Amino acid sequence: MSLNELMIMRHEWALVAVALILLIAEIGMNENRKQNIKLFACVLMTLVTVLGFLPADTGTVFGNMYVTDPLRILMKNILNVGVLIIFLQSFSWLKQPNYQDRITEFYLLMLSSLIGVSYMISSGHFLMFYLGLELTTIPIAALAAYEQFKSKSAEAGIKLILSSAFSSAILLFGISILFAASGNLYFNSYESSDSIINVLGFIFFFSGLAFKISIVPFHLWTADVYEGSPTSVTSYLSVISKGSAVFILVIVLTTLFRVIQPMWQEVLYATSILTMTIGNLFAIRQQNVKRFLAFSSIAQAGFIMLGIVGGTALGMATVIYFVLVYVFSNLAAFGVVQAVEQASGKVTVDDYNGLYKTNPKLSLVMMLALFSLAGIPPLAGFFGKFFLFTAVAESGFYVLLGVAVLNTVISLYYYLLVVKAMFINSSDTPVTAFTSDMAMRISLVVCSVGILVIGFYSPVFAYIKELCVGI
Amino acid sequence: MSYVILIIALPFAAFVINGLLSGKIPHRFAGWLATGAIGVAAVLAWLTAYSYFFQSTSFEKIIPFQITWLSFTETLQIDMGILLDPISVMMLVVITTVSLMVFLYSLGYMQGEKGFVRYYAFLSLFSFSMLGLVVATNLFQLYMFWELVGVSSDLLIGYYYDKPEAVAAAKKAFIVTRFADFGFLVGILLLSYYTGTFDFAAITDPNHTAFTTMTGSLFLGLSVLTWALMLIFMGGAGKSAMFPLHIWLPDAMEGPTPVSALIHAATMVVAGVFLVARMFPVFSFHAPEALDAVAFIGVFTLLFAAIIACTQTDIKRILAFSTMSQIGYMMLALGVSDYGDQGLGFTASMFHLFTHAFFKALLFLGAGSIIHAIHSNDIREMGNLRKHQPVTHIVFLIACLAIAGIPPFAGFFSKDEILAATLNSSPVYFAIATFTAGLTAFYMFRLYFLVFWNRETVYEYKPHESSFIMLVPMIVLAVGSAVAGFIPFGKFVSSDSQPLHIEMNQTVAILSIVVAATGILIAWALYKKESPLSEKIASTLNGLYRVALKKFYIDELYVFITKKIIFNLISKPIAWFDRHVIDALMDFTATATNKVSAEIKGLQSGQLQHYAYIFLSGVVLIVLIMIFNYT
Repeated sequence: MSLNELMIMRHEWALVAVALILLIAEIGMNENRKQNIKLFACVLMTLVTVLGFLPADTGTVFGNMYVTDPLRILMKNILNVGVLIIFLQSFSWLKQPNYQDRITEFYLLMLSSLIGVSYMISSGHFLMFYLGLELTTIPIAALAAYEQFKSKSAEAGIKLILSSAFSSAILLFGISILFAASGNLYFNSYESSDSIINVLGFIFFFSGLAFKISIVPFHLWTADVYEGSPTSVTSYLSVISKGSAVFILVIVLTTLFRVIQPMWQEVLYATSILTMTIGNLFAIRQQNVKRFLAFSSIAQAGFIMLGIVGGTALGMATVIYFVLVYVFSNLAAFGVVQAVEQASGKVTVDDYNGLYKTNPKLSLVMMLALFSLAGIPPLAGFFGKFFLFTAVAESGFYVLLGVAVLNTVISLYYYLLVVKAMFINSSDTPVTAFTSDMAMRISLVVCSVGILVIGFYSPVFAYIKELCVGI
Repeated sequence: MSYVILIIALPFAAFVINGLLSGKIPHRFAGWLATGAIGVAAVLAWLTAYSYFFQSTSFEKIIPFQITWLSFTETLQIDMGILLDPISVMMLVVITTVSLMVFLYSLGYMQGEKGFVRYYAFLSLFSFSMLGLVVATNLFQLYMFWELVGVSSDLLIGYYYDKPEAVAAAKKAFIVTRFADFGFLVGILLLSYYTGTFDFAAITDPNHTAFTTMTGSLFLGLSVLTWALMLIFMGGAGKSAMFPLHIWLPDAMEGPTPVSALIHAATMVVAGVFLVARMFPVFSFHAPEALDAVAFIGVFTLLFAAIIACTQTDIKRILAFSTMSQIGYMMLALGVSDYGDQGLGFTASMFHLFTHAFFKALLFLGAGSIIHAIHSNDIREMGNLRKHQPVTHIVFLIACLAIAGIPPFAGFFSKDEILAATLNSSPVYFAIATFTAGLTAFYMFRLYFLVFWNRETVYEYKPHESSFIMLVPMIVLAVGSAVAGFIPFGKFVSSDSQPLHIEMNQTVAILSIVVAATGILIAWALYKKESPLSEKIASTLNGLYRVALKKFYIDELYVFITKKIIFNLISKPIAWFDRHVIDALMDFTATATNKVSAEIKGLQSGQLQHYAYIFLSGVVLIVLIMIFNYT
């Protein structure tokens, strides 16, 4: 294996290296200085993220098992940025004495999962893909149960691992049917046909992926796991895990399953309507902010499906762009939730009453994030939704577009509920004024800038569109 | 020429800095920062003009900077960029120069005001928007900056937000121009729907194929293109205060006087003229009817506003009506112009825009100097000020001579060209325009004599000459007003970017001088000294005088139409429908949504086996549907 070939996998190498360095540091480090590992991890992750943006070779290695191209690199970069932000947001949470001797564990598990994500995106073979998928899920299930002294957290861990085992089984079953249909599992030489056996295999395969994206009716684990997990893990699940599965879906649908496009269009059409509507209807009733964001993220997944339904290159570009925006908006929202939770332990919508009076800056960030999720101009979320809707309209699915617009209205209602709580409602026992740590502030500033700038800075979308031309 | 981007970026930077740090930086710093930014921009603008006009032989359209901002389809995309051609380069020079003068002047005029930093932030925002407007490469960019200009203008009109009149004036300006801009937007959409582009380079190409379909299809007897251009002109008329959308401009005088000088005299209000000039090839080749409308509105407004100006007593309102009248001249000149060799009107209009910017800004700054000294806007409380304010007196006189059209001052040359262009196309318009030239001379010198001569007035405080920092800009503008007329404008600016040879029409020139001199003489006779004669004339012309004093009751008419007719006959039924039908429907939807939401709560049981069950059912259901559908 030549150096050039090695360099093709630089994303994964870099992440593995960071994980190893952290492991060695953990072993060698004095007990009293364990807190420093957080800063160290963030610095390393920043380096990796920056490294990812440097130009590099693309191609395939390991006999087509592993593939990269500029589009995949972009996807990995987006997710790297997301993980970096999550690292920044977890600073004060990890400071608690309970976690003193398990700090590195958090980073190692999350990085392992991210490595899995990278392999999954770059896989050129169904088994490779499956390995990546499992590597993504299992560490996160462990992380969900990180706060083992809390029953909710333990519940989240067990629910996540059991349901993903279930979905993996379905997915593997799908892969085996696909193998039966074509006798080949390499992506580049896979020959799809519209035989019923192939469609069947696709449906099982899709169900497994849909589980990760939380598409209705495969979404039921979402709310419980999101609520019980530590907030950083919830952020990861709702942004990185979901985003990576969306990316894979985009790749797989446009390459392997192009032949059966009419079939998967129908499936996506139906599930996207279901997902938006059910997600929204549940979100209205939620009192716990994390549960509320869980259902909002289900609804957002429904919107994401909109872009994929058309099967056009423009649609795929809008999906990737939407996920990019969603990373910033959702992480901003979760960041605020985490900050409030750390400072006061409060997690219900009513606890946010009067937050603007005591913590104006935090409330403004939260407002930006929710407005962006709701798609209010001129924030990035508006452009994301606008482009999605353009793609849907271009493909001629006007009924779907109508449903989507209606759902946007419903979603606006519950996003505004939270904004109203923060800015208009008053409270006798508001969250007291507090200052979050520097890392959290940096992460929130980064997210806010992302929300404000990505929409206006047009080269972002132009670049994504350019990468998607071929697919 | 890539430095052109700086001309626009610098004022924006000043706006951002002053806006963000408004409470934290000292006044002097904020003022000089903004002034410095616009100063550098002005130098760069002059450099641009020099290299554009003198270092190249042909005046092509140059695009030194452009990015794609939003792209919807392959053809339909919105760009942001900078377009340099003779008129945009000329506008760059005018805007930055007048801005610089006003920025400097305001350092003295606004000294000690509470919102000083805010004032400079808004002023910088305005300059940025106006500059972005004139260099727009496409209609959409122009529209965006058009709105930004409107916003900054409204913010500055309402600068004294604790004064109810100022707030009302800002609201009025907002609503009236909003109404006009609605037409503008519809026009833009119509035009771009047919042409498939927003780009000026494509739209103003006379051979564009889409225009044949647009001129082909008729609506109410006029082609679609004519309608589109009329609607676009509606936007221009709103911004440029053309009748009947002019009612906001006199009230806009509630803003600080330097703001009136910059925005409501020299730059923003001529945006409508600029818009028509920008779209001129389309007007000229494909929709002469729309151009006739421009000419008609122009000639009507110039006479209408001049008559009102003769009766007003508020110094700034007189100047506001005179601005409307002068913009009427510019519109008239565009309206009667042809393309190419016969494009005298186009050049004349741009020339008048150029000279008018100088002398009208000067008049306003002079008025500001007077108001600053005696704390009143009412010319009946003024008199004999030449003794107290000698410098202001001289520069004001120069500006009055310039606007009246007395050679060798700038206004004479540009107005003469307009009159000559009008004579070529329509004798009736020519007669009206010439008569109004006399009226202009009359009302300007009525103002001049009443303020600087007339009776000895007892002032509460002894008026004083303005400070150095206020006098310098006025003197600079006075020099501009005196000599700008000698620029051979046709060589640089013409409808087809080819040098246009202009010869002075001697008959017209002599006629206009005689008419102007007559106006001045009448004003001299009536107002040089206190005399009962003017009162007597006013009472003889009782009806007309009163109507003109009340601005032809246009404001009252609008109030009547909106309050009595629209509110009662249209708004009330709609409100009822909204409350009882639409709202009920919405309430029903909301309740239904809530009900469904409550009903399906049970799906989320918290039990894992239940989840797996639903998961599997989902898979099976999809499989069944697929089998059913595809076998």
